[in-house]
This record gives sequence, structure tokens and C-alpha cells, in this order.
Amino acid sequence: MKLFEYEAKNILANYGIPTPKGELATSLNQAREIAEKLNPPLAVKAQVPVAGRGKAGGILFADSIEEVEKAAEKLLNMEIKGIPVKSVWIEEKIEIKKELYFGITTDRFNQSYVAIASSVGGMDIEEIAEKHPEKIIKFLISPKTGFRSFHARQIARKMGYSGSQLNEIGKIFERLYRASMDYDAELIEMNPLVETTDGKFVAADARIIIDDNALFRHPQYKKRLFESESELSPQEIEALKNDLAYVKLEGNIGVIGNGAGLVMATLDTIQFYGGKPANFLDVGGGAPAEKIATALKIVLSDPNVEALFINILGGITRCDEVAKGILEAKRKIGVTKPMVIRLVGTNEEEGKRILTEAGIPVLESMEEAAEKVVEISKKGGI
Amino acid sequence: MGIIIDENTRAIVQGITGTQGRFHTKLMLEYGTKIVAGVTPGKGGTQVHGIPVYDTVEEAQEKHSANASIIFVPAPFAAEAALEALENGIKTLVIITEHIPIKDSIEVMNYAKQVNATIIGPNTPGIITPGKSKLGIMPAHIFKSGNIGMVSRSGTLTYEIAASLTKKNLGQSTCLGLGGDPITGLNFIDALKMFENDPQTKAVVLIGEIGGNLEELTAEFIVKEKYPKPVVAFIAGRSAPPGKRMGHAGAIVMGKAGTAESKIEALRKAGVKVAEKPNDVAKLLSV
Repeated sequence: MKLFEYEAKNILANYGIPTPKGELATSLNQAREIAEKLNPPLAVKAQVPVAGRGKAGGILFADSIEEVEKAAEKLLNMEIKGIPVKSVWIEEKIEIKKELYFGITTDRFNQSYVAIASSVGGMDIEEIAEKHPEKIIKFLISPKTGFRSFHARQIARKMGYSGSQLNEIGKIFERLYRASMDYDAELIEMNPLVETTDGKFVAADARIIIDDNALFRHPQYKKRLFESESELSPQEIEALKNDLAYVKLEGNIGVIGNGAGLVMATLDTIQFYGGKPANFLDVGGGAPAEKIATALKIVLSDPNVEALFINILGGITRCDEVAKGILEAKRKIGVTKPMVIRLVGTNEEEGKRILTEAGIPVLESMEEAAEKVVEISKKGGI
Repeated sequence: MGIIIDENTRAIVQGITGTQGRFHTKLMLEYGTKIVAGVTPGKGGTQVHGIPVYDTVEEAQEKHSANASIIFVPAPFAAEAALEALENGIKTLVIITEHIPIKDSIEVMNYAKQVNATIIGPNTPGIITPGKSKLGIMPAHIFKSGNIGMVSRSGTLTYEIAASLTKKNLGQSTCLGLGGDPITGLNFIDALKMFENDPQTKAVVLIGEIGGNLEELTAEFIVKEKYPKPVVAFIAGRSAPPGKRMGHAGAIVMGKAGTAESKIEALRKAGVKVAEKPNDVAKLLSV
């Protein structure tokens, strides 16, 4: 789960990491009050949990209280990458001498966390790695020792710091690591971490992505995940509530399957035959009839869907349950879109019987079924 | 032969009294897997399908000295269960549980390295050496003993491909799922090394997906080590958009990293035949 910048900065501040003084505004009145309190020049920053906000015009600078109001008004009426801006973070403008990067993420191959630092910052870490590969410092954090203060100082030295600056930035690295562990961050980064003109360090922007699987340890965020101020589509929120994995795509063929790998391969096969999938939906293992019906309802609530492909390979999922779910959905919501169903595996015979008796044909081969649904979708539905 | 498990595998089931644990213990027993004990804290002294249940792995080990464990314990407690098994001398762990936090998995994998244990998963369908033993939740009837090794990051997609191999009379030595999480125990390279040393395995099928760079590193390994057995691959997720998690916690394209294209290209350069569609894997093996 991606946190907003202001949430990330509040966390960093609680760990003693210097951040620009700032406050959150959701209205123009609030923006004015904050501007009066903080004194311009100020930065006004749209709060959306997506990268590339600066380039999209989501960060404005203001030299007077009036300008702060104007900036807030502009941003609060804006959408960034399809997400409406519901709040702005207003903070003091800092005097930048140099922009740096420091972050901690996971290293899959080495099964550990890795700290990444660079004496160049302010752009995506991928971009830094591409343009200045020699300036990237990677430090694998041993799960045995954790990230210690001397590790932080070693990194600071490699970035070219010494003396009290080395100690100061080292402390910031160490504190960020502690925050990252306490919040189960799969990514935490300060980008840029700014060296100011008077030689201090300030986290000018901060990003935290909490490991979704660890949200049970962070109930305050888990609760917010379901609220509307996130980057999720209505279908994605509905799926999340029902423990289904759904991703919206651009095409017109609705897809339901069991198992992430199989559903991904189903989308690929549709694409192979020249069709365009409308979504990814994985019902998971052992889905009962009601869950299949819910999945159908979610997929069909996307107006772009003109044909449906249900691809089930039953292991712990039972084909008869899937068949019952399809009929239940048909009865309850009146499915009118054409459906192509591929059903094999556990209780296959019973599943086929249920559907065939209801007049719904069932195919055995995934490829044959994919080809068929693509053909139907190209005719624009029925 | 085959790798990691065979007829000498003696396993305990951690979380045996839950719905999944109970159901799959029955199926594993029917397949002929030697399940010697179950562990669920607080349920010691009971039985599941005739298998004795203990409160601790320590007690199960005192009475049955197992050499493997399969874990069905819910995510918040799964890492604890894995550490308990490792500390009590079990060297092969299959962690079926899905949704284990990354931080917990890192701790478990680090401990496993220290004690030289093999971990399959988490978020895996498990492992099967057809005709000998199965520690997992896969439908057994689609597999058949033979000389193809299979290693995968996915569950049902592995069944899809295994079933198509079996239909073409291409049996399998061992099939294992690495798990769909970002942090897993075994990786493709570990599995390839094991299949290299297994005389029964004549060719290897590798089923990858978007996210991370394990497939790319595997391609490097194949070139560098001049891997002696033919490898055929399928990579899922060509149509996946960036920044979206495709069901598996580990299946996500970040910026330009982790795309299917990059993996397919790396593998092809390493001389691996990469199938366009799942069912083409069998054709590429027969050529």
C-alpha cells in the first residue's frame, strides 16, 4: 500500500529525520491559515500516491499568501494520472545545495533488504541508475546484523561526506532503516534528500510502500485501504473487499480464472490471438459458488466488457462449484454478454453436466477457448 | 531419483487441524506420502486421518524423527512455524501459506541458510516426485513419472503445462513451485543445479512470470555454467501493465524492470526455447 507523502513525512519526522515544516490542507481556508502560520515562500504539493507527480504539474511554489491560495485552488481541482487531488501539503521551501537519494527496498535474489544511496537525486532511481550508474551505492543488509550505524557511515563516506556531516547523514540513514522495519516497508525512500545551502540535510520528499501482506500489523492503514482516496478503481475496491485479485486493463474481453499464473497466461493467449483483455481476475484456490458469482458481477460492472472468458483448471477449485456460481450469477444479475467457458480438473464431469444442461457450452482447451472468445469480441459482442 | 523428496521422505504437517491442512493431509496420504505426525499448538493428543497430532514440533520429532515439514499455518504465524521446524532439525520445508510478510520471510530464509535447510515457498503449490511422494496441494492425477524436471513460480499454470506434458506421454521426474512471493527459499538456479545432478532428469521446464530479475539471472547462469541439459521455458505476463500486482505478491513490473520481454529475451539469448503459449512447451520438448 502506497502512503501519501504527508503520511510518510510524518513517520520520518517521528523518527527524528529532518523534514520541511508543513501542514495538510483540504480546503482553501485551511490553505490560507497554514500559509499565514508558515510564512511564504512555500511549496504546495498535491497529495496523490503516484510517482511522477512533479512532472505532471503537481508541485507549485508560492511567494505570498495569495499565491498559496491560488496554487491550492489549482491543485485541489486537478487530477493526476486519473486520481483526483483531495489534499495538498504546504511546506516551507528549502534552499537546495545538492539533491541526494537514499532508500531501502528488498533484494529478491539475496533474500534480504538492500540500501541504495546516490549523490545524485531528484529523479527516479531507475533514471539515476541509467544516467549515473557509477553514482549508485548498493549495500546488502545482512538479516543477521541488521543495518548498523557504522554501515550508515560507510555509505556516507562513499557519498563524499566527512566530519559532522558524515555523522548527521549517517544518523538519518539509520533512522530511516528503523522506520522501514517498524512499518514493514517494501520500499522507503527519501528522494530527494536535500543538502541545504547551510550544510544540513532535509528529506524534501518521502515515499513509503507498506507490504500489503503485513497490513494486519498496521490496522490504521488497512482500514484506509478500503476508503475512496486511493488509486483503485471501483472494481478493484470491490474485488479487494471480496478477497479477489483484480486488475483493470484496457480491452473488451472480461477474464476470470483460478491462479495468478494461469490468469496471466490466459491474458497473454488472448493477446496472442489478437484480442484485448479487459481485466485480470484471479478467484484464488478453492473458490465456492458465491465467490465465482461475485467475480462475474465485478467483471461485468466494467462497461467495456463485451465478451467473457472463464478459464478454470480445478485443483483445489471444484468445477461443479464454478458451474453453480456461473448459473447463480446468470440468475441474479442476468448475464447477457456471450461467455466462453473452459473447465477442466476436479469434478469436471459434474461441472460440465450442470452447464451443458443450462445450455452453456464448455470447452476443454484453453487455446481453443481463447481463440473463440477473441472471435466473438471482434464481432462486438453477440 | 528426482529431487528433494522421494519414498524416504518422512513428513510432518504443521497446521494439520485446519481445513486446508486436514484436506490435503488426506490427499497426500492417498498418494502414498509418508506423513508421520501433525502439529497444531493446543490440539496435541488428537488425531487427523489416523495421524497423531502434537503441540510442538519438538515432541513430534522426539517420537517420529521426520525429515520434512509442510506448513499450512495462517500467515501471521507461519514464520514462527517455519523457525520452529528449522530449530528442531527439519531440513526440508514446504511453506504453502500465502500472504506472509516480506520481513518474516527474510528472517526465515536467513535462518534456513545458517542451518543448511531447503525451503520451498512460501505461496507455493509444493513439490511432487510422481509415483513416490507429494508434499503439496497439486492435483496428483495430472502428473506421471518420467524424465522432465519442472520448476515454476506459479501453481495452476504448472498444472496446465504438466497436464499437457502428461497427455503427450512426457512424464516428470520432479515438479516444484518456487512460490509466488517476492522472497522465496529455492530459486530457479538452485533447482537447475539439483536437476543437473539428478540422473533421471533429461530436460527441464522453467515457468517464470513478470517481476524481479530471477529469470534474467538464471539465463546468465545457464550461459556461464554451460548448463548441460535442455531447458524449455514459458513466461507469463506479456500483457501485464507496469505498476500493477498481477495476483502474486511478486508479480509486478516496476518501471522497466521485471517485464516478460526482458526475461524472454535473456532466456532466448542463453539458448533456452521459450514457448509462445503454455501448450507449446510440450511441442518444444519433443523437438
